[in-house]
Amino acid sequence: MKIKNFLYSQKVAPYVFVLPFILSFFFFWVYPLITAFTMSFQDIGAIKSDWVGFANYAKLLKDNVFHIAVWNSVKYMFFTLVLLIPFPMLFAVLLDSNLVKAKGVWKAVLYMPALTSVVISGTLFRLMFTEYTTGQMNMITAALGLGTYKWLKMGWSGMLALLIVACWRWTGVNMLYFLSGLKSIDTSLYEAADIDGATGWQKFKYVTLPLLKPTTVYVLTISVYAGLAMFLESYMLWAGNSSPNNIGLTIVGYLYKRGIEKNDMGYACAVGVVLLVVALIINFAQLIVNGTFKKGED
Amino acid sequence: MAKQKTMASSPKRVVGTVLGTGFFAILCLIIIFPVFAGLLASFRPGTELIRRGLSIDLNVTTMNLDNYKYLFGGNADSVKYFMWYKNSLLITIISVALTLIICYFVAYGLTMYEFRFKNLLFTIVLATMMVPFEILMLPLYKEIIALKLVDTYVGVIIIGLCSASTIFFFRQYLSGLPKDLLDAARIDGCSEYGISVRIILPLAKPAFASMGILSAMGAWNAILWPLLVLKGAEKFTLPIGLNTLLTPYGNNYDVLIAGSMFGILPIFIIFLIFQKYIIDGMTAGAVKG
Repeated sequence: MKIKNFLYSQKVAPYVFVLPFILSFFFFWVYPLITAFTMSFQDIGAIKSDWVGFANYAKLLKDNVFHIAVWNSVKYMFFTLVLLIPFPMLFAVLLDSNLVKAKGVWKAVLYMPALTSVVISGTLFRLMFTEYTTGQMNMITAALGLGTYKWLKMGWSGMLALLIVACWRWTGVNMLYFLSGLKSIDTSLYEAADIDGATGWQKFKYVTLPLLKPTTVYVLTISVYAGLAMFLESYMLWAGNSSPNNIGLTIVGYLYKRGIEKNDMGYACAVGVVLLVVALIINFAQLIVNGTFKKGED
Repeated sequence: MAKQKTMASSPKRVVGTVLGTGFFAILCLIIIFPVFAGLLASFRPGTELIRRGLSIDLNVTTMNLDNYKYLFGGNADSVKYFMWYKNSLLITIISVALTLIICYFVAYGLTMYEFRFKNLLFTIVLATMMVPFEILMLPLYKEIIALKLVDTYVGVIIIGLCSASTIFFFRQYLSGLPKDLLDAARIDGCSEYGISVRIILPLAKPAFASMGILSAMGAWNAILWPLLVLKGAEKFTLPIGLNTLLTPYGNNYDVLIAGSMFGILPIFIIFLIFQKYIIDGMTAGAVKG
């Protein structure tokens, strides 16, 4: 009875509520994160593991395949930011205007790719980017007089294929983020701008863009992570983790290759730590530039 | 004055509407394209795909239902496919139900009470979202092996039950509810846990709908983690099972393409029914920054 009273008191109840999170946090976040760091300084064997200091990191510095993977991931992240922030934002502004009819249909269709498993969409795109002249991409480029290509065998076209898959999957999702951001903008601001005789472009530049900033920063932050950590799209596009000359290899792809396929967990964890550091640096830099840490700025 | 202006720009307005709507119609056609081409391909022999790649071929006379007849035909492949389908359904339903219940109560504790570590805990919730899962993947895999949970559904589900983004969303929703309700219920003699279940939970139904659908989509399509944890073909989920049809020794596109199309179906139906809630759910983080 006493225990029951104790557990039911208003002082103790909140701790009971949050207990699952605390457990999950320690078991499935703190512990693996620390393990990732410690393992990156070890040579992990089947029976025993040896401390090797910075040897894994020293090896990474000289590992050309790793450099290719980092370069691919950074390039991919950069281009997804260029393609998947301005365009979805413009699409959202357009969809939010009264120039478009049947909005619900377009929203639903543009969101559809996000529902489709990467296994399915990757397979469909691999078959579209086939090197045969009967494949969809080659039919399009041939019709435009640009000739046919072995899409998934060359660096630039492989990256293009990855980016097309990314645009296909995320344009609708990002557009919905911006749409909800637009919904939170007070319409009286536009009315005031109308009275001042502002043009459409001026309204976008001085009202929409600044007030969309929290949404833009959010989308930017998740896009940096998603871009740097991309793996499955490449894995499915090349039907496995190996692509010609590693044109589709990403940081996580290399981590998977080393850790799971080659069973070299220590080295793979060093790859993971580098990914974490790069992701944190880029996002902190981006958040500082955007003034997220300044208080009371709004 | 204002009225005159709209009247004057009326023909311009019509042109604008046609252009704006037309733009989205074209964009959507491009988006539908791969899935539509896949759907057409599912009515032709898989060898066609290997030989010619994927393209739009509307010639109805070369189409047939053979792939679907085979998929539903009760043969070895068919049995395997529906086993994966059933596994995916099972994992999705169980993990969504548990995730929602757990995350709701955690968010409830974080929102409705003042206690010592409240702000610290909420900061931690946000911080866990800042580390990509892929970095924790290998240590988690070792941990799951050590816990003897490899090749079990518990191993697949357990790491995602306290999803930070779900907790975050529930907290955003719950903080919009009046706290007076709690005091009123306490005066009526309702216990702390009774309040959370009987008073507040019914009010949070829309949040449950949003998060339920988003977690269902995540669970139905999850690949990376189940791919590591599950070893036996009889335990595979649908995406992993479909992936095994692609082997170096020949690809079974007959089953793959028809099975893929049929595999998209449940999540599309859920999406069309609950579309409104999905948009609420996925944008909760973006608006409040």
